[in-house]
Amino acid sequence: MGGMSTAESYLLAIGTKKGLWLATSPDRKEWSLSGPHFLMSEVPSIGIDTRGGRTRILVGVRSEHWGPTVFHSDDLGETWNEPEHGAIRFPEDADAALERVWQIHPDADSRPGVVWAGCEPISVWKSTDGGEHFELNRGLWDHPHRGEWGAGYGGAAAHSIVIDPSGEKVHVAMSTGGVYRSLDGGSSWEPRNNGISAYFMPDPNPEFGQCVHKIAADAAVDGRLYAQNHHGVYRSDDGAESWESIADGLPADFGFVMLTHPRRAGTAWVIPLKADGERIPPEGKLAVHRTDDAGATWKRLDDGLPAAEFNSVLRDAACVDAAEPAGVYFGTRGGTVYASADEGEHFSEVASHLPDVLCVRASAVSAAGVAGSASLGAAVNA
Amino acid sequence: MLPSVLQPLAGGQSLLTAPAETAVTVEGVLDAVTGEYPALSRRLRDETGAVRRYVNIYVNGNEIRRLQGLATEVAPGGEVLIIQSVAGG
Repeated sequence: MGGMSTAESYLLAIGTKKGLWLATSPDRKEWSLSGPHFLMSEVPSIGIDTRGGRTRILVGVRSEHWGPTVFHSDDLGETWNEPEHGAIRFPEDADAALERVWQIHPDADSRPGVVWAGCEPISVWKSTDGGEHFELNRGLWDHPHRGEWGAGYGGAAAHSIVIDPSGEKVHVAMSTGGVYRSLDGGSSWEPRNNGISAYFMPDPNPEFGQCVHKIAADAAVDGRLYAQNHHGVYRSDDGAESWESIADGLPADFGFVMLTHPRRAGTAWVIPLKADGERIPPEGKLAVHRTDDAGATWKRLDDGLPAAEFNSVLRDAACVDAAEPAGVYFGTRGGTVYASADEGEHFSEVASHLPDVLCVRASAVSAAGVAGSASLGAAVNA
Repeated sequence: MLPSVLQPLAGGQSLLTAPAETAVTVEGVLDAVTGEYPALSRRLRDETGAVRRYVNIYVNGNEIRRLQGLATEVAPGGEVLIIQSVAGG
């Protein structure tokens, strides 16, 4: 997403249980915070789309009262817009209603205007107009496995969308259902979970039904993917045909986060939690773990993090930017947000005492002004 | 009548009216008054047409879930009140 070295400013968007905050920084160390935008609405998904010389912030917003919608801002949060009829809307024959937008994923630079969304109920959507209108992916919606997919604690959703450079190979992860792969740009889908445990099912090695929490692609090795599972950390080197454990060396194999480096092969980050039944950092000591050799070894990174922390970090409450060196960001359910400008070697606190952090996304942007506020009652533009 | 938080979606109005010579259903009233405010409509009902779980609609003081839901009839001159429920944390 665009060159970073000449950036005037960095933007960190923080989606929480009760609104959106925007932080800006000239150096990724000192941050200025504005917000809340959309106060009292949760913001579980954010996309920062810097393609085409424009910075568009897309946010999935959900009010307990007024339902879900997608807003976008082309002026760094000064004003927000939504299509009058909604960006994501199930067609009549689907007989379904959008519950929550879990993922907003701008596609590659080579496909400007294309933005993907993953939603609850389990569905994948694609926009070709920069995220203003999305079309339901029928191949996945009509998949014969649908009736057997389940719901994790947070709801049943497609939460990870990974597109290869050609645009033909697409991986989606859902909880619960596992990893599904399309080789035809999303027209048809097959489960690809060989090697991923579903220990919570009668058959612990089913074709599908796994609770994969997050997947991410290695930016430099074709066909290499990483997965943080509901217990289990995995790597695939063959485009999800098979998965092998890379959990050795981690203090726990549970967690929600999986991040990969924007350019470098073999580098990924996880934030382990102790266990399914004990969703806290191991021993109450929060740490990020990074591998630089595709999971063969892991390095514990906790410089700048608190001595004790008992809040968890959710699947999209962590991200990397595309700068050099890459920035690493995450927020806790206790409302503290951390940033690292050096790939996790050192962290500094961006904000604290916010509502539960659900999603963070960061990018270099070419303008610094970030202000204003919005609510779900905000005026809309077509 | 709309809660204040939704009024910006109805051009700032707190009261929307629909002409009726005979009784019409709540669904018909909502269709009529939100027809030119689709974003308002989406806040009240999802794309299947169902009233959102924490949106309460009252006809002459009675919540429609205890009546006939969206099929509840509203007499000419009747009042439909929309209030968000006290859900939330």
